[in-house]
Amino acid sequence: MTTHPTSVDTRAEAQPTEAVDALVRRLVATYGAQAVITDEARRRTYECDGLAAYAVVPAVVVLTTSAEQVRQVVSACDELRVPFVARGSGTGLSGGALPVADGALIVLSQMRDIVHVDPAAQRAFVQPGVINLDVSTAVKSLGYYYAPDPSSQQVCSIGGNVAENSGGAHCLKYGFTTNHVLAVDFVGPDGHATTLGTTAPDAPGYDLLGTVVGSEGTLGIVTAVTLKLTRLPQSVRTLLVGFRSTDDAGAATSAIIGAGVVPAAIEMMDALAIEAAEAAVGCGYPDQAGAVLVIELDGPTAEVDAQLDDVVRHCEESGAFEVRQAADDAERALIWRGRKSAFAAVGRISPDYIVQDGVIPRTALPQVLHRIRELADEAGIRVANVFHAGDGNLHPLVLFDAEADGETERAEKVSAQILKLCLEHGGSITGEHGVGTDKAPYMADMFNEGDLDTMQLVRCAFDPQHLSNPGKVFPTPRLCGERPGRRSGAHPLQEAGLAEVF
Amino acid sequence: MPTTHASTLDALTDAAAGHCDEATEADSVAGVAARWVASPGTTQEAAALIGVAADQGLHVVVRGRGTALHWAPPPREVDLVVSTHRLDTVVEHVAGDLVAVVGAGTTIDALNARVGEHGQQLALDQPIAGSSVAGAMSTTRSGPRRLLYGTPRDLVLGTTMVRSDGVVARTGGKVVKNVAGYDLAKLLGGAYGTLGLITELVVRLHPVPPVARWLRRTMPAAPAAAMALELAGSQLAPTAVEVRRDAGTGDATVLVLLEGTERGVGERASDAARLLGLDSANGADVATADLARLDAAEDDVVVKVAVPLTGVAGVLATTGEAEQRHGVACRVQGSAGAGVLYAVLTGDAEPVAASIEALRGVAVGGSAVVLQAPASVRALVDSWGPVAALDLMRRVKAEFDPSNRFAPGRFVGGI
Repeated sequence: MTTHPTSVDTRAEAQPTEAVDALVRRLVATYGAQAVITDEARRRTYECDGLAAYAVVPAVVVLTTSAEQVRQVVSACDELRVPFVARGSGTGLSGGALPVADGALIVLSQMRDIVHVDPAAQRAFVQPGVINLDVSTAVKSLGYYYAPDPSSQQVCSIGGNVAENSGGAHCLKYGFTTNHVLAVDFVGPDGHATTLGTTAPDAPGYDLLGTVVGSEGTLGIVTAVTLKLTRLPQSVRTLLVGFRSTDDAGAATSAIIGAGVVPAAIEMMDALAIEAAEAAVGCGYPDQAGAVLVIELDGPTAEVDAQLDDVVRHCEESGAFEVRQAADDAERALIWRGRKSAFAAVGRISPDYIVQDGVIPRTALPQVLHRIRELADEAGIRVANVFHAGDGNLHPLVLFDAEADGETERAEKVSAQILKLCLEHGGSITGEHGVGTDKAPYMADMFNEGDLDTMQLVRCAFDPQHLSNPGKVFPTPRLCGERPGRRSGAHPLQEAGLAEVF
Repeated sequence: MPTTHASTLDALTDAAAGHCDEATEADSVAGVAARWVASPGTTQEAAALIGVAADQGLHVVVRGRGTALHWAPPPREVDLVVSTHRLDTVVEHVAGDLVAVVGAGTTIDALNARVGEHGQQLALDQPIAGSSVAGAMSTTRSGPRRLLYGTPRDLVLGTTMVRSDGVVARTGGKVVKNVAGYDLAKLLGGAYGTLGLITELVVRLHPVPPVARWLRRTMPAAPAAAMALELAGSQLAPTAVEVRRDAGTGDATVLVLLEGTERGVGERASDAARLLGLDSANGADVATADLARLDAAEDDVVVKVAVPLTGVAGVLATTGEAEQRHGVACRVQGSAGAGVLYAVLTGDAEPVAASIEALRGVAVGGSAVVLQAPASVRALVDSWGPVAALDLMRRVKAEFDPSNRFAPGRFVGGI
């Protein structure tokens, strides 16, 4: 099970405030008991997102079904000064959708309509609860797909992607959510609805859309999203390459990118991550590999074929001992299965683990991996490494046994040291999981007071009362009631068999 | 707080380490005379300078290389022009990471000369030659290759800015993938210097592809638009799909740029030639930089028209009708593949204004912004056109620049 630093199993329940009572009465009167969850046991199922280490039971949960309803609920929250948190599929890994104890949780996962698809204009108009992969599935027969592909794409929602500016394995070539969203319908924390962006690019005025994407729900709630669709590539080639060491695999990555090739994806797994993936899904990765690279090239057939020869040559020159090319979609899926299952798979070789998410400049990869190993050895902790090698986004998995004396603390220390290491190399504390609740304390390590104060100017413009997802992103003392709590046991989605923890 | 002209100059000069002067006519901003012009050489100097401007309540306009200072309506007032031309250093270029850190006033050409030695580029075309990186970002400039590489919005990874109160703030970072905190670089992009002074940027670079080939074909405007749409929706992965229509003609030219390996471009060019109905796939003698240029005369009106891809045909048709109906001359060029076109209009103010309204009418789901126009035309039309979420934009402006001292009146809704 995933567990986490600073977690405390308080499971605290705040006394409902008068304002919350008033809100609940109003919502029940308007929408009925079906849409407004007040029962404690049912509210408890929403106490955490994909980062189960933090849990707070919201005072009330509202299951919204329309943009107008979202606007009305937010408006009521504004009027009664009740904080609110928006939630999509609840798969986020930074506690970004952690509820507020004396606040409302506004659930958007029932707003699941792909409203309209315009393939010629390369656009899809969707509701925020639409599952990421469902967009690609819906437009595949038209020759298009939606490029951002977080590993959780089978369960995560577009609205959540917008909140987190989600990436994925293919963002090396295709960019992040922010590069694929043209416009949103938006409800500000004062309950005012507006549109940000246009169906066409380069909307005049301040790029509020670019500011809202990735703001982790702290600026308001998105109720509709205009997506850019990408033409399916003519050809896709997927390679699985075995190396003796992460140094060799890193050298191959640098050689490929240095040669001017921009693969759709380059993913690396080290020996421990491979061991876990084998145990979990039997993906058949090369025996005795100290590291593997999953490399995907896509585009026009002639171009991909030409690049493929180069990529294979660079791998071999960097010491690859086995290069396997997927012959068909089934083989490609098997290669990716090993990579995409890696986080959850680590559960097979360790009772507990922390999923870390940091970024370093790609050129620092060998140094940083060596230092991570040293840190782990010093602490007597194992760290499995899975990462997007192409863009330097590391996902070290810090393994430990919470039952073993002092191991949790040592794992937490290693996890924190890895983030500092990323910053020392000019990187970032998060590449795609977001700051949320989890990393707010680290923001002050990455940004100085002036930087953070300037970001808060935006917050003040949108949400002067700090009602929208308070306590997230910024290391501010305003935690609106609840201290982060810890939960034990599996995440509800996992228990229900709906999601792996990616 | 009354201060004398001379003491203000002294304070500004101190702050900018000696680089401040009385403004001349050449320092006017869209026809509005300034009083002083200062050129900080570091972020610290810039912060000190803006601090003085804040103390003395000066209205500030930021100038990069001055190539697009005439875009957007004139400012209501200008006391101080801050020129970033001394912030012209390529601070860092890590070739292995395809990232560069540059001073705001660094020209795109200078940066590309430097990183070009390593086979890399800032893949940003210039509608007007000689622009600075921050200038291009502040005015969202782009050209044909935006279809593949995007705009400054996609290429700027981080910024250092000086706020209107002199506080220095950094956002983003030196890595491509980074979701820590708000992305203020997005907010500053396209803000026309109304939120603060950008002093340094981190930009994403791309490898210069080994082979680049343009193909082109001229045909009547309607099928040209349809052809451009087909190319944009093809699996050829073009770097650019352009359309150009000269004034006074019913024809338009479609151009497509293919980049990649020798073998790959060769085969893709054959496919593209077949689509275009060309006999030869050998390519046209076209320079991307030339295609990117607007080449507008001083009296011309330039309108940036952004439409959904399916709206390009309507823009071509509308400009043709405007020529017939209003007697203006109107040429159109731009990225049909991205849906961002530039209309360059020549004519008397009233018919030109009527043509702009016609373009606005056809830009459904997009926008038509008057970038360049004489005062006579600006007096007749709203340069920015309708913009949603103005209220939120005003609130953002009020937080960043509560005294409204940065480029007042130049931006949407009179911001």
